[in-house]
Amino acid sequence: MTAVLATKSLVRRFGGLTATNNVTFSLPVGARHALIGPNGAGKTTFVNLLSGVLAPTSGRVILDGKDVTAWPAENRARAGLSRTFQINQLFADFTPLETIGLALSEAHGEGAEFWRRVGTHRDVVDEAVSILERLDLGDVMEDRVGSLPYGKQRLLEIAIAVAPKPKVLLLDEPAAGVPEGEREQILDIIAALPEEMALVLIEHDMELVFRFARTISVLVGGALFVEGSASEVARDPRVRQVYLGETEIDHHFDKPGGAS
Amino acid sequence: MSTGRRTSQAMSWFANRARWRWPEIALWIAAYALVILFPSRALLFNEVAILALFAVSLDIVLGYAGIVSLGHGAFFGLGAYAAGLLAKAGAGVAPLSDPTLGLLFAALVCGFVGYITSFLVLRGADLTRLMVTLGVALIFAELANRMAWLTGGADGLQGVAPSKILGLFDFDLYGRNAYLYSLTVLFLLFVLARKIVQSPYGLSLRAIKGNALRARAIGIPVNRRLNAAYTLGAAYAGVAGALLAQTTSFVSLDVLEFHRSADVMLIVIFGGVGTLYGAIVGAAAYKAMYDILAAATPQYWQFWLGLALVLLVLFVRGGILGLVAEVRRRIAGHGK
Repeated sequence: MTAVLATKSLVRRFGGLTATNNVTFSLPVGARHALIGPNGAGKTTFVNLLSGVLAPTSGRVILDGKDVTAWPAENRARAGLSRTFQINQLFADFTPLETIGLALSEAHGEGAEFWRRVGTHRDVVDEAVSILERLDLGDVMEDRVGSLPYGKQRLLEIAIAVAPKPKVLLLDEPAAGVPEGEREQILDIIAALPEEMALVLIEHDMELVFRFARTISVLVGGALFVEGSASEVARDPRVRQVYLGETEIDHHFDKPGGAS
Repeated sequence: MSTGRRTSQAMSWFANRARWRWPEIALWIAAYALVILFPSRALLFNEVAILALFAVSLDIVLGYAGIVSLGHGAFFGLGAYAAGLLAKAGAGVAPLSDPTLGLLFAALVCGFVGYITSFLVLRGADLTRLMVTLGVALIFAELANRMAWLTGGADGLQGVAPSKILGLFDFDLYGRNAYLYSLTVLFLLFVLARKIVQSPYGLSLRAIKGNALRARAIGIPVNRRLNAAYTLGAAYAGVAGALLAQTTSFVSLDVLEFHRSADVMLIVIFGGVGTLYGAIVGAAAYKAMYDILAAATPQYWQFWLGLALVLLVLFVRGGILGLVAEVRRRIAGHGK
């Protein structure tokens, strides 16, 4: 299978700390991949290297066959790499409607148009509305983002990343901080994303990981520790070793596929 | 609710946001009416209109692009000299000395210089930007001082005599036509700025100011958008400077002095950042306060100005317009 996103010997150091240590990684089209690892394993640093928020110390990032190592985040986004953030990064003064409208107009290359009022292209507004409805934000589309409940903001964080129809979507702990009852909804939304979109989920919650992922990479100390199918990784004794003591995770390793 | 109906609802929400509201229309009618009601104050009103345009130009840079500039006066001064020199060079030659051409020339010169310097300004973070804008302004002030053969140096640029506006209206002694001219330029450029901030481009500026990390993550070329906004702000400031040169028939080194940059920053914050109207209201309030306070307490007027600024910034978010919005909210809350 062709890789839509790959890294070659990726390294990132912060002073004496090596946060990403020689990671070579490849993501096929339509992947359902989870990136796991104990706290401080360098998961978010790795995502920041992929999305261009951070520049690597050495190594390469290849997106859709092109070497994008030197590209800033905005160019990677336009080339089809989208992401959500662990901590919501939204426009507090916007409405969800404006937020998604903006994401779409940028994706369509209309973002620099200064001669027309925003919201005059019916097809764009229509697309924005249907995305908002699909993510259960239709009823609040005219409310101020900053005053939305946290769960809704979390959904908008996903909506804004999904709107441009990316080739690769990096989901950095999409359910972080979301109350138990609403996690299900986020999982359903992720499950309903287009099959050809390659998804990478960074997550602590092992139940979520095993319900979602077909393949898993385990990151430990900044390096790739184990890589394989979900069931292989679940059975791997070394992985269990790393997670020893974290009883909840242990429980899920005993029952790969998760409790459903 | 069906998606189709919701789309229509969303489209009318967008349309409604951009609608002209009655206080806006009233403000512009009042501005034109001033010249009939108080013809003897036309020269003062002219100063307010020019200051308002200058403040609008800074609001584009500060309020929409989020660039804190302490040297915006550089473009005001450059525009004044550009228009003044063109008027001198073209004296008597009808199309060259037309003031509207002078405005265009000032806008082009300042837009060009603004575009070039925007790359320097955008290289750093806030404090660096502050220093770069300040430094550029100091350089321009010193250049104007040294290049006396061109600018007249400390004596100022004399003999700036623009011909009739569009070959029709002469500048009169009482400043009536000068005010109408400045006000009309302000109005037209304001309508343009209002249109731009309500465009997809304007929305992307708000996004960059709101959260640059997210703006980049959805593919917004942040620096290119800010280059354009800084260029636009510079061109607008140039037009404001050109208006001053034309309506006073004189350009002195004072147009490039630091206090211009500081005053206009104060005015924008005073009126309300990122609203466009705040710039106009701020300019009017600033001149009115100056007029009243300087007459009442000539030595201490800046004390009162400073006090008003401190109180406004500490206790009200968003300047005078923020205060108005807060009062309206309170009244609406009581009505219920």
